[in-house]
Amino acid sequence: MKRMKLVMVGNGMAGVRTLEELLKLAPDLYDITVFGSEPHANYNRILLSPVLAGEQTIKDIMLNDVDWYEKNGITLHLNKKITRIDRKNRSVHADDGTSAGYDRLILATGSNPFILPVPGNDLAGVISFRDIHDVDAMIEASGKYQHAVVIGGGLLGLEAANGLKLRGMDVTVVHLPDALMERQLDPVASKMLQKSLEDKGLNFLMGKQTEQLIGRDGRVAAVRFKDGQEVPADLVVMAVGIRPNTQLAESAGIHCNRGIVVNDTMQTFDPRIYAIGECVSHRGIAYGLVAPLFEMAKVCANHLAEFGIGRYTGSVTSTKLKVTGIELFSAGDYLGGEGTEDLLLSDPKGGLYKKLVLKDNKLVGAVLYGESTDGNWYFKLMREGTDVSALRNRLLFGETHLGDSGHGGQNRAAAMQDADQVCDCNGVCKGTIVKAIVTKGLFTLDDVKSHTKAAASCGSCTGLVEQILAHTLGGDYEAPEAKPMCKCTDYTHDQVRAAIRDQQLTSIPDVMAKLEWKRADGCPSCRPALNYYLISTWPETAKDDYQSRYINERAHANIQKDGSYSVIPRLWGGSVTVDQLRAIADVAEKFEVPTMKITGGQRIDLLGVKKETLPEVWGFLADRGLVSGHAYGKALRTVKTCVGSEWCRFGVQDSTQMGIDLEEMTWGSWTPHKFKMAVSGCPRNCAEATIKDFGVVAIESGWELHVGGNGGVKVRATDLLCRVTTREEVLEYAAAFMQIYREEARYLERTAPWVERVGLAYIKGRVVDDAEGRAAAYKRFLESQEIYRFDPWAERAKGVDKHEFTPMKVIEGQTA
Amino acid sequence: MNNLAKKVAMPTKPIKFEQWIEVGAISDIPKDGARVVKTPLGDIAVFRNLQDEVFALRDKCPHKGGPLSQGIIYGRTVACPLHNWSIALETGIAVAPDEGCAASFPIRLDGEKVFLSLTPSDGSADH
Repeated sequence: MKRMKLVMVGNGMAGVRTLEELLKLAPDLYDITVFGSEPHANYNRILLSPVLAGEQTIKDIMLNDVDWYEKNGITLHLNKKITRIDRKNRSVHADDGTSAGYDRLILATGSNPFILPVPGNDLAGVISFRDIHDVDAMIEASGKYQHAVVIGGGLLGLEAANGLKLRGMDVTVVHLPDALMERQLDPVASKMLQKSLEDKGLNFLMGKQTEQLIGRDGRVAAVRFKDGQEVPADLVVMAVGIRPNTQLAESAGIHCNRGIVVNDTMQTFDPRIYAIGECVSHRGIAYGLVAPLFEMAKVCANHLAEFGIGRYTGSVTSTKLKVTGIELFSAGDYLGGEGTEDLLLSDPKGGLYKKLVLKDNKLVGAVLYGESTDGNWYFKLMREGTDVSALRNRLLFGETHLGDSGHGGQNRAAAMQDADQVCDCNGVCKGTIVKAIVTKGLFTLDDVKSHTKAAASCGSCTGLVEQILAHTLGGDYEAPEAKPMCKCTDYTHDQVRAAIRDQQLTSIPDVMAKLEWKRADGCPSCRPALNYYLISTWPETAKDDYQSRYINERAHANIQKDGSYSVIPRLWGGSVTVDQLRAIADVAEKFEVPTMKITGGQRIDLLGVKKETLPEVWGFLADRGLVSGHAYGKALRTVKTCVGSEWCRFGVQDSTQMGIDLEEMTWGSWTPHKFKMAVSGCPRNCAEATIKDFGVVAIESGWELHVGGNGGVKVRATDLLCRVTTREEVLEYAAAFMQIYREEARYLERTAPWVERVGLAYIKGRVVDDAEGRAAAYKRFLESQEIYRFDPWAERAKGVDKHEFTPMKVIEGQTA
Repeated sequence: MNNLAKKVAMPTKPIKFEQWIEVGAISDIPKDGARVVKTPLGDIAVFRNLQDEVFALRDKCPHKGGPLSQGIIYGRTVACPLHNWSIALETGIAVAPDEGCAASFPIRLDGEKVFLSLTPSDGSADH
């Protein structure tokens, strides 16, 4: 097949990211030609500030060198500016006469710095802050001259001023409005920022309008303002804003309105021509931050690859100032307005200021000064629209104050040394991650995972890795809003699940065919998830695909490091009888079990059983009335109990019996991740019910129900769901909560992060307030249990899945 | 990488017919599944993928010795059950960026029957 011709005008971050995404999806669809007006290949424009400040070099910030283009078969024209698009003959023409024909054209012309229309703006020494050329000019000037004036007190202007100051110049920032960064900060934060920049030695002239740049011998020498004041200036940096570069598009008759106007699939009014990046106007907004541009790139690439899914619907943006030593974060609607309320924490002397803007119990804006480590968390709450009413009294104090006292360690990226270990599973240090981000041009968590292995195992350091990403990339890092399930698909977990439900898909091949899986056979990440979604959505019709289950669930035992297995029989509510203990002792003796252990969930673990022996062991246990404890599954694990009112002098309810009842109802049910329960007989809570997925604490008048606790890597205490009176209510609420979790949480999402993601208010709405919905969920749970509440061990002892436990063949004797 | 790996690991030495040992029928192995053949050399994992291709590797992951026969099989790859390393079924070579190799053994199908040779394929005999 003849390849189509794709031409891209512009060679910046947004455009090249589009090509990268496209090559991933459809490497052979196009012959690609790129025109760039700069002499450099693609570099990370965001990091020009650290280069100016002397913290990084140009080499550090290259994203794609010339070799990359060659390797991918892309024709690259550097230093060539396209001056004309011939839409009729579908070709573009450069200033030096080079031309290229296209079937599809991407305009990625970026933006131009706005130059004030004042006399003298063309003098030598008057520059903008936009590209490598400007940075070189600034570095050169700093070696020769004394006085620098930066016009514009926005993000870019302040970063330029900071860099020039660090290079030894005497810097004055001129700003027309009265407050710095007035488009990102409210007045209080703005004042605090100015104060700390003044402490760093920058001078500010606020409310000043530039009238003229005065030259001497062809080079700028001073800036004069409307009020007559003059300041000396050997270098003037104009950082008063950017304008989408629409000149080329306009000259070709493509509709522009303060940007090249595009639809949600990044197409201009000429459908063969796409536009992307800072040059576009999407739904009336022109974006200047990299994260939205990357989102556009993804959508654009998807359509160019003829996949035709995905729309760009706009972005909420956040900003961080990249000035070392100043912590500043702003996102969303930071000023507030009609119908919003503010949460404020203001400590001007201590240099701390936090403002959160809420609307309808959701976070819509944030300004953080002095301490911005929670920025990403707030931003996540904003993007996910989490109902924060349950946390509002603690919200200002950040994520660490939400009972996350464990090893997770969010919010310390900035303070860490390079040698500090971030990922304890794979032994990855901060320095390794930073180096990979900088040298390999990584932008996403997934990139960091595959290059460094950090956060690739247990995931408990994911937050920390995201922090390091954000800290290294500066304010332009944004966690992708919705991540695809895995590399086999562009759909998210939620989209896949919705498709399974709405299109009534009942097998993995069906799902893969309908949703156009990129790998015919999926991967070890998506297959178990799909299998779970299928059997939890269609318990009666979907077939449980054991080959898509992780070995523990396939073999109904826990694999150990030497390839042997552990066997944990179910002890209902953690209570035992003499016969059960004797059976366990007998089985351990008969099969010479090397190690026995009492587990945290009040069970007895038999370790070191060979796989071939498992069915026999199970048969022995089954004959004595013991069943599978499901200690190996993403399933109901254990219900831990204290002795309760039957014996304990403090006990107010029979917690042991309640635990047994709960376990009898729920055992055998598969869940998105493991699910643990506990029942305590009084508020002393000896069963530790408040760190379980579902915890029950007896009170004089009945039972307290708690949800979303976790005692693992990241300790989280439960949230109180409600109080109920009767045993029947406890069972109904437990089943309803579990069922909604089963139906709505993403695979491998424990209840703790799930509850945090959707918000406690949502859970209460579904389980407590909506009696009808609760009863229906309870019913669905019991219906599913009709099918899945059985003992898999007894079956296998009788020969089910025999192939799983026996060798295919035993070859005796010597080999050649 | 992938092409190179194929070249290295396909058996290049002719293997005499007598060395082939019948280990069972393809239907003994579930699709996307594996079985263990116990041999004097140790356990050998025999895999069958969705396309009914069969492969044989020493049942030990090059990382920490995990039994590959217990992993999830996808395409021509198996993910080790212990730490999720991916191992190419044709060659036994770990998928980049992981490094290592599990010995691979010649295996072939004759109709329904599966034949295995205990002479490791070239290029991986040392591992």
